[in-house]
Amino acid sequence: MRKTFSKYGAPLAMASVLALALSACSGGSSSGGGGGGGGDASSNLDGRGPITYVQGKDNSNVVRPLVDKWNAAHPDQKVTFKEQSDSADQQHDDLVQHFQGKDTNYDVVDVDVIWTAEFAAKGWLQPLKDKLAFDTSAMLPATVKTATYSGTLYAAPQTSDGGLLYYRKDLVPNPPKTWDEMMSMCSIAKQNNIGCYAGQFQKYEGLTVNASEAINTFGGKIVDDSGKAAVNSSDAKTGLGKLVDAFKSGNIPAEAITYKEEDSRTAFQDGKLLFLRNWPYVYSIASKTDGSSKVADKFGIAPLPGKSGPGASSLGGHNVAMSVYSKNKATALDFMKFMTSQETETFYATQGSLAPVLSSLYSDQTLVQKLPYLPTLLTSIQNAVPRPVTPFYPAVTKAVEDNAYAALKGDKTVDQAVADMQSAIEAAK
Amino acid sequence: MAATATLPRTATAPARRKRFDWGQVRTYISALIILVWCLLPAYWMIVTAFRDTAFTFDSSFWPTHVTWDNFATVFDESLGNHFGRNLLNSLIVAGVTTVVALVVGVFAAYALARLNFRFKFAVMGFILGASMFPGVALVTPLFQLFTNIGWMGSYQAMIIPDISFTLPLTVYTLTSFFREMPWELEESARIDGCTQGQAFRKIILPLAAPATFTTAILAFIGAWNEFLIASQLSSDATRPVTVAIAYFAGAQPHQEPYTAVMAAGTIVTVPLVILVLVFQRKIVAGLTAGAVK
Amino acid sequence: MSTKLPERTQAKAKAEGHHMPGRESADRKQVTQGRWASLLLLPTLVLLAIVIIYPVVNAIIMSFQKDAGLNAATGFFEQGGAAGFDNYAHWLLQQCNGQACPPGTIGSQFWSAFGTTFFFTVVTVALETVLGFWMAIIMARSFRGRSAVRAAVLVPWAIPTAVTAKLWFFIFAFDGIANKLFGTQILWTGSEWPAKWAIVISDTWKTTPFMALLILAGLQLIPDEVYEAAKVDGATAWQRFTQITLPLVKPALMVAVLFRVLDALRMFDLPYIMTQGANNTTTLSILVVDQIREGFNSAAALSTITFIVIFLVAFIFVRFLGANAVGAATSSGKK
Repeated sequence: MRKTFSKYGAPLAMASVLALALSACSGGSSSGGGGGGGGDASSNLDGRGPITYVQGKDNSNVVRPLVDKWNAAHPDQKVTFKEQSDSADQQHDDLVQHFQGKDTNYDVVDVDVIWTAEFAAKGWLQPLKDKLAFDTSAMLPATVKTATYSGTLYAAPQTSDGGLLYYRKDLVPNPPKTWDEMMSMCSIAKQNNIGCYAGQFQKYEGLTVNASEAINTFGGKIVDDSGKAAVNSSDAKTGLGKLVDAFKSGNIPAEAITYKEEDSRTAFQDGKLLFLRNWPYVYSIASKTDGSSKVADKFGIAPLPGKSGPGASSLGGHNVAMSVYSKNKATALDFMKFMTSQETETFYATQGSLAPVLSSLYSDQTLVQKLPYLPTLLTSIQNAVPRPVTPFYPAVTKAVEDNAYAALKGDKTVDQAVADMQSAIEAAK
Repeated sequence: MAATATLPRTATAPARRKRFDWGQVRTYISALIILVWCLLPAYWMIVTAFRDTAFTFDSSFWPTHVTWDNFATVFDESLGNHFGRNLLNSLIVAGVTTVVALVVGVFAAYALARLNFRFKFAVMGFILGASMFPGVALVTPLFQLFTNIGWMGSYQAMIIPDISFTLPLTVYTLTSFFREMPWELEESARIDGCTQGQAFRKIILPLAAPATFTTAILAFIGAWNEFLIASQLSSDATRPVTVAIAYFAGAQPHQEPYTAVMAAGTIVTVPLVILVLVFQRKIVAGLTAGAVK
Repeated sequence: MSTKLPERTQAKAKAEGHHMPGRESADRKQVTQGRWASLLLLPTLVLLAIVIIYPVVNAIIMSFQKDAGLNAATGFFEQGGAAGFDNYAHWLLQQCNGQACPPGTIGSQFWSAFGTTFFFTVVTVALETVLGFWMAIIMARSFRGRSAVRAAVLVPWAIPTAVTAKLWFFIFAFDGIANKLFGTQILWTGSEWPAKWAIVISDTWKTTPFMALLILAGLQLIPDEVYEAAKVDGATAWQRFTQITLPLVKPALMVAVLFRVLDALRMFDLPYIMTQGANNTTTLSILVVDQIREGFNSAAALSTITFIVIFLVAFIFVRFLGANAVGAATSSGKK
């Protein structure tokens, strides 16, 4: 139906909108819900044939060569690559629209770790069990958690990402192991007239990442294993309190409240920060020796500082999942295995600097030579806590963001912020 | 047309010429302030558009570190920027919207300007009310509707709601223009034996062409500048420039590419500004038509 | 609108083969013109019905439905069913599942968004009216380069709001030119009042020209003789302004203010791009957009509330403040 309509011009479209709209209306308001997850999930399990793989903008050109390789080996089960935009919100919307339309052409989809639970709860993702069971034993446990909802695996981890501590090794010979140790080093920053520490504290997803890291590091939780709000604890208050105190004392410079990833990277790279929490992508940019980075040979990396050992990073990355509406689920499963195989993961890392989900690759010598941050990143991911796996992720992240932001700015106390976080998460139903 | 008729106000009587005219000096100073206030930010956009990314925050007034790189970035597909595509999309959406609004609206405007009928006041009220309708009140139901029927992200998904504000604007502006036209010609044509329909086609339409053209520019600018509807209902393939600029990608992930955004802004704005300056008088007349009598 | 239907049908039936007789009575003329008018208006009215009335009705129906909720037992979402006025209570009375909406939920932001929207509306329209009046008075004077000034004011107006937002976002960046120019270290988009003022300044820059041009058009309708006569009578400049200019410009001014108020009440682009609604800059329009993906039906209720608020403001303007845009447009004006 979609194709027929888009072929015709706008005038005809407008003439027919009323009729169509009325018929859509008589069915009542059909929002989001995919229903009980049955039906489609049990059909086409043995189907084989051509499928489509949907993913956001392939920035480092890793998907096309992989798809070509697959197609050469599977001439009768060819994969078509459908490339979405590079904006995460728009990728999300595009997937929702196609799932709601029960599109059989969106067979295998790439989903951000934070969308997996939502799509699963809406009944759009094929559970990976029984006939379609997927082996995740070689994968890092934290990444598998992001793909699991209500005790069932709904996706396969594909790439991962974790936070790293970038530090000025010319000023700090040994990186801090704990948060308090790092704070005590801030006098060095003062002597050198630079800011001490920054992460991402603008009110957006990055703040959820940073606030969750602080909370998790000190033993708190955003939600418990069953997905219920569990943030109102003294540990969580301690964690968030550490960030608030650092802002108050100036150890985190005031302008960091406007930082997103790039603002904080720029500040570090311009030599204005002693410590920076950021993702691995910063490593190669800050190492550039063309003069764009003032700290090219002067920085090192370490795991995020924690309470007594490494801190609890939030997890980034993507999972690959199968639509319940796919007609060729057997092919889809094979393709998912191919897209998460050791060979593919190595290719992701070397070609696209995407962190693998297979623990074995982090000690691979050729890989480590190319991506020197891998061993540190492994520590980060091993200690990582996934962001809340909940179908209400947008509401949860808003609850964390809004209240953490208010606390960082001193608009409310830490206790109040954490209590409000708790009730705001509980209000999502 | 009201705004084009200029009435000198300041006294220029010979008696006052003898002394130094402080009033005139104040006028020039004020005019200078207006010029600077209106143009300086736009100038800053263009200067930044030509500045090397490494010197994004250079604060010298004159162009420094001049480069075309930012314009290359804007069109760099490998960075995920499809600006050529976005420009085309804006052209399609704004173009179709304008044509539909004009073709439909011109008849309504004629009726409202020329004919006597009951409910005229009510009809005009409805059309004006429609032009002030908040876009969000359309976006929510259309978001769901288009999702259900698979139109999400299509051109018509933007064109249909865009008509909701361009059509009333078109009718309103055209009505005001039409009332000021020399309709005696129509009367004489009808005395010569033309039907009202013929008189409309042969006499009025040619006369109305300039007014229609001005209205078209206004409608086009309105649709070209639209953001809210497009940001919610467009897709990768149909994304117009306004939304593309808001979500621009730089050379690195997570980057806020100021210089490239300013370059994109320049590309979008300069043709529009030229168009507006060329048709300045007509546009001012169209903007203010109807608001004053 | 519904009252037009019979007339329209009539016109349709008689449209074919209809010819205009050379002479006719005034009554007959009115009737034939009525038919013509119905025919000519039909496409516009039908189109507006499709693009506006239909979605609005649809939104109202949606607003009485519950959003899909999670069935805790199965872990899957299920359809909500009828909601009554729950969605409206959610926004207006801040009710989230029977308790007051806690901070950090979209629901808790309704009244602050409401306040922010009216703050922006009052402040920007007031500023734009004063500045616009001043600009109009300058532009009404005769001086060399006047046409250049009149052209220049169209530049901010022609720049798309999305570009304007990005431009001022850049100007107000921490390392941006605004801070350098004034030697300040303000986090313009990072705290409440600077963020609000940054948005107010951007909006004022963008829309004052529109205001100025509308007022200028009104000014130009005042005959010079009126001023000359007043001068002869010894009126001061201030008296001339308050007793001649203001009353005579008032109709044009009220229409301009009405347009701007209704436009400001639906403000979206500037705060959405400059602050994403952070620091208490979320307007009602932004709140609706934030809600759409978290539940259509609740968003539909909010957009209906927004629509009614704007409608009420327009009503008050037209009814009590005498902003008569319709009258201005329908009167068979003599020039």
